[in-house]
Amino acid sequence: MANKEFTITTDVGLHARPATVLVQKASQYKSDIELEHNDKKVNVKSIMGVMSLGLAKGAAFQLHVNGDDEDEALQGIEELFKSEGIAE
Amino acid sequence: MSEQLKGISASNGYAIGRAYELVEPDLSFETLTINKPEAEVKRFDQALEKAKNELQLIRDKVAKEQDEENAKIFDAHLLVLEDPELVGAIENQINNKSINAEAALVENTDSFITIFEQMDNEYMRERAADIKDVRKRILSHLLEKPLPDISLVQEPTIIVAEDLTPSDTAQINKEFIKGFITDVGGRTSHSAIMARSLEIPAIVGVQTAVATIEHGEEVLIDGIEGDIFVQPSEDTKQKYKYLQKEYDKKLAEWALLKNEPSITVDEHQVELGANIGSYQDMDLVLKHGAEAIGLYRTEFLYMENNDFPTEEEQFEAYKSVLEAMENKPVVIRTLDIGGDKKLDYWDLPDEMNPFLGLRAVRLALQNKDVFRTQLRALLRASVYGNLKIMFPMIATLEEFREAEGLLLEEKENLLNEGVEVATDIEVGIMVEIPSTAILAEQFAKEVDFFSIGTNDLIQYTFAADRMNQNVSYLYQPLHPAILNLVKMVIDASHKEGKWTGMCGEMAGEPTAVPLLLGLGLDEFSMSPSSILPARSQVRNLKKIEMEKVANQALQLQSSEDVKRLVDTISENK
Repeated sequence: MANKEFTITTDVGLHARPATVLVQKASQYKSDIELEHNDKKVNVKSIMGVMSLGLAKGAAFQLHVNGDDEDEALQGIEELFKSEGIAE
Repeated sequence: MSEQLKGISASNGYAIGRAYELVEPDLSFETLTINKPEAEVKRFDQALEKAKNELQLIRDKVAKEQDEENAKIFDAHLLVLEDPELVGAIENQINNKSINAEAALVENTDSFITIFEQMDNEYMRERAADIKDVRKRILSHLLEKPLPDISLVQEPTIIVAEDLTPSDTAQINKEFIKGFITDVGGRTSHSAIMARSLEIPAIVGVQTAVATIEHGEEVLIDGIEGDIFVQPSEDTKQKYKYLQKEYDKKLAEWALLKNEPSITVDEHQVELGANIGSYQDMDLVLKHGAEAIGLYRTEFLYMENNDFPTEEEQFEAYKSVLEAMENKPVVIRTLDIGGDKKLDYWDLPDEMNPFLGLRAVRLALQNKDVFRTQLRALLRASVYGNLKIMFPMIATLEEFREAEGLLLEEKENLLNEGVEVATDIEVGIMVEIPSTAILAEQFAKEVDFFSIGTNDLIQYTFAADRMNQNVSYLYQPLHPAILNLVKMVIDASHKEGKWTGMCGEMAGEPTAVPLLLGLGLDEFSMSPSSILPARSQVRNLKKIEMEKVANQALQLQSSEDVKRLVDTISENK
């Protein structure tokens, strides 16, 4: 299991567009990927799950990645966060 | 059987094609208990797959024909279709509860729709609509009732609909959509204006089109006379082939006037401008030889967005139009929201009489943040061309002074920030409320120009809702009451050395042009496609004669009298 903590940096929050690219990226990996915020966990491969949290700028969350390609997945998502300015 | 219908001509030209009924299918269903859940899951997966393919096709088309940005909304829709949580929950429910796929789909999407609708963020609330949209698409495949989708049309087509929404008209691809027919609306309704800007023939207010015309039937439309021929005979088709040829000839003649001045026989020059809604109209504007933009309706910037357009977005939009016009005048109207124009992301109170309520500049003055953002964007864009700013729905001098005050404040702020702003921006008002027309002499001392908005001026003068078909007979642009108001405004502006334009539909009407010319109108702004015919008309008239005709018209008693008077001019030619 690979875990890491992030904070939303995009002005618009985790809305449709940032959420779309996040879900698209996460779906490329085999591992189970979960996003935890305020004790609520959602599947990062689920657009509705991700968006239903309604994360705004400044919100902190943890990613939990579990599976064969967990390190690769966490690294991939972290790079996406950085290049799209979504979170850090 | 060939059949003939009649409606209101909304956009000129002739077209023939297959009728496409743009009607939402009935997607109601009953909750059923099923015997073979595995088969039901399979049926659901197949519907999902079809919906996915369809969305992918639309997405690719939009990306190719419009841009990547507009296509991204469909990416989000596609992800909803692939959502493992949602799909998993639906499949589980079919298996465990033995209910039909339709019921499981609606129940599970409902819970997500509720979550989104309860969020306090306007943008997220709108995502509920996305889920509903996707659900509708899956349902249509489960029930085998295809959704209409005009972007998928691949042959010459005439759309037949109750009415067309802005998102419908945005999807019109002129390669295949040759024209449209609607049951409601008049010459000034949204769909009619869009048809003229797309330059496809259209007939509105037909009332019985959806009921009479069958999907797939051959339809011929005459957008000039408002005639519709369902399953036309060979004779009719031949006749229209000939008319089309004649019409093409006329168009070719008009095209020669593209770079000629709009000047009368006795050398009185006027300005013929175009009404636009966005930069996308600029191709037409330039093609039809507009001498100005007489009205840039900025509300489409607000209506096409999911949220308030930012200062930067607005700045880019205004700048691109100013640059394309290369220093020719561009009159930009500040936001005209309210009345019949609503925004999904802006909760405005429901009003008993929206046209007499909180709209346009009234709304702007009560929401100064929104207004200031637009004013800043306009001021920043001003250095890229010949910008004139216009406030809509001004009823009193105080309103004008308050709006202008905000403009000056933002100008000061920008200059203090070191941002360049043009020094010679004219600031004017729309004249669409009788009180302003009556007090035009006082206004003329303070404003730089007037632009008469005839659609609203007519409805407020006659106290007749222009959306209400029962009183549509009171929409009388040529009525002496209107002509007298127009004259008061023009005279008041000239007395102070200012100018008056007109940006309502009336400015491009062949019967109105001679009268307006005679009344001394300086600028005529209209749909781009009306400019060249109007120029041809102006170049054949004498200002001094039209002054006499206009003075006579002011003394008449009815629109019919005025029409008869104008007819005598054409007969004398």
